Amino acid sequence: MNGIHDMGGMDGFGAVVAPAHEPPFHDAWEGRVMAISRALAATGIWNIDQGRYGIERLPPEVYLTSSYHRKWHLRTEALLREAGLLSATELAGGHARGPAKPLPHPALRPDKVAATLVRGNYERPAQATARFETGEAVRTRNIHPLSHTRLPRYARGRTGVIDRIYGCHVFPDSFVLGKGDDPQWLYAVRFKARELWGADADPTVTVLIDAFEPYLARVPA
Amino acid sequence: MHDHDHDHHSELSEMQLRVKALETILTEKGYVDPAALDLIVEHYETKVGPHIGARVVAKAWAEPAFKQALLADASKAIAGLGLDTKVGEHLIAVENTPQLHNIIVCTLCSCYPWDVLGLPPTWYKSAPYRSRTVKDPRGVLADFGVTLPATTQIRVWDSTAETRYLVLPVRPAGTERLSQDELAALVTRDSMVGTGLVSA
Repeated sequence: MNGIHDMGGMDGFGAVVAPAHEPPFHDAWEGRVMAISRALAATGIWNIDQGRYGIERLPPEVYLTSSYHRKWHLRTEALLREAGLLSATELAGGHARGPAKPLPHPALRPDKVAATLVRGNYERPAQATARFETGEAVRTRNIHPLSHTRLPRYARGRTGVIDRIYGCHVFPDSFVLGKGDDPQWLYAVRFKARELWGADADPTVTVLIDAFEPYLARVPA
Repeated sequence: MHDHDHDHHSELSEMQLRVKALETILTEKGYVDPAALDLIVEHYETKVGPHIGARVVAKAWAEPAFKQALLADASKAIAGLGLDTKVGEHLIAVENTPQLHNIIVCTLCSCYPWDVLGLPPTWYKSAPYRSRTVKDPRGVLADFGVTLPATTQIRVWDSTAETRYLVLPVRPAGTERLSQDELAALVTRDSMVGTGLVSA
């Protein structure tokens, strides 16, 4: 979706303010938000892209005015309600009102935490040979799906070069819809800043994105 | 995201209540186990952090064979180190040189190499950083007090998939006699994101 989350190239947000030291969590509730989210994800009620899409669908004004962990929390509430695992009455009252529903996997217990915190492997066996090779020119497709995609707006319809081939990976655009892994070849594609931002852009700058094969088209010779 | 004090404080109290309520409901329903939540928080507060990445960088500076392995397959190279915490898949290390500077961003969300750097700082997840880094990396670097020569090539890596990027910064001059522990102490988090340089 062309949401507020797709921020690459937007103007007007001002300077980056980077304090020298920052605790992992600014307040205890932030840690609980993170932990609840991780623990629920481990039960399989949503996958990584469904989780991201939950944040992308927050109203733009909420997205822009909420801290990172507040966005995570609002996403968690919204996805739980969509899944029928949480009701408005329960949220308002602060206590469970009905029986629990079965989850795809049991609730995360302490002895399983360490294994859950290791990042998963998203590479899958190739379904076909890679369509593009390193050094080849490609053009990103001009797509505007209403659902979740990982092709940022600033890099659509642009010509770049295949920089690296990362193997075949779970395809977010399908994964978010519950259509399974639908593995696709993943490439690092590099663009000259001038291709993305016009003739005035800095000639020393190159931008790379990780692009799935369905995002890419051959450049006619 | 904004630093208006009154807004910040009212959000805190609202959020404390909301998060507590959610945890209570989910615990009552058996969807979460508070003891498991405690361990997750502890992991991010005490176990992972930039000290892991700094150790990797120092080893790469000191051992050419490890550096080669790191640049070829960072996940695999780091897995062989026997660290206390495991490093997940698809970690890519990119090397800075005097002629080429790499900088990492996630314009779409907040993808960051948690396993080697810990949780991302607020600025990394902020709208200013996510919006500007792909368009004006030299301006963003200036916000960090970093000025590169006008001829230095800049590569901005937008983490749009499950790959995660770690910058191997330039080893500062005059550090030839330092041990790996001493080298690691010089390596900053920002230098491994590409928003900082390492100085001796």
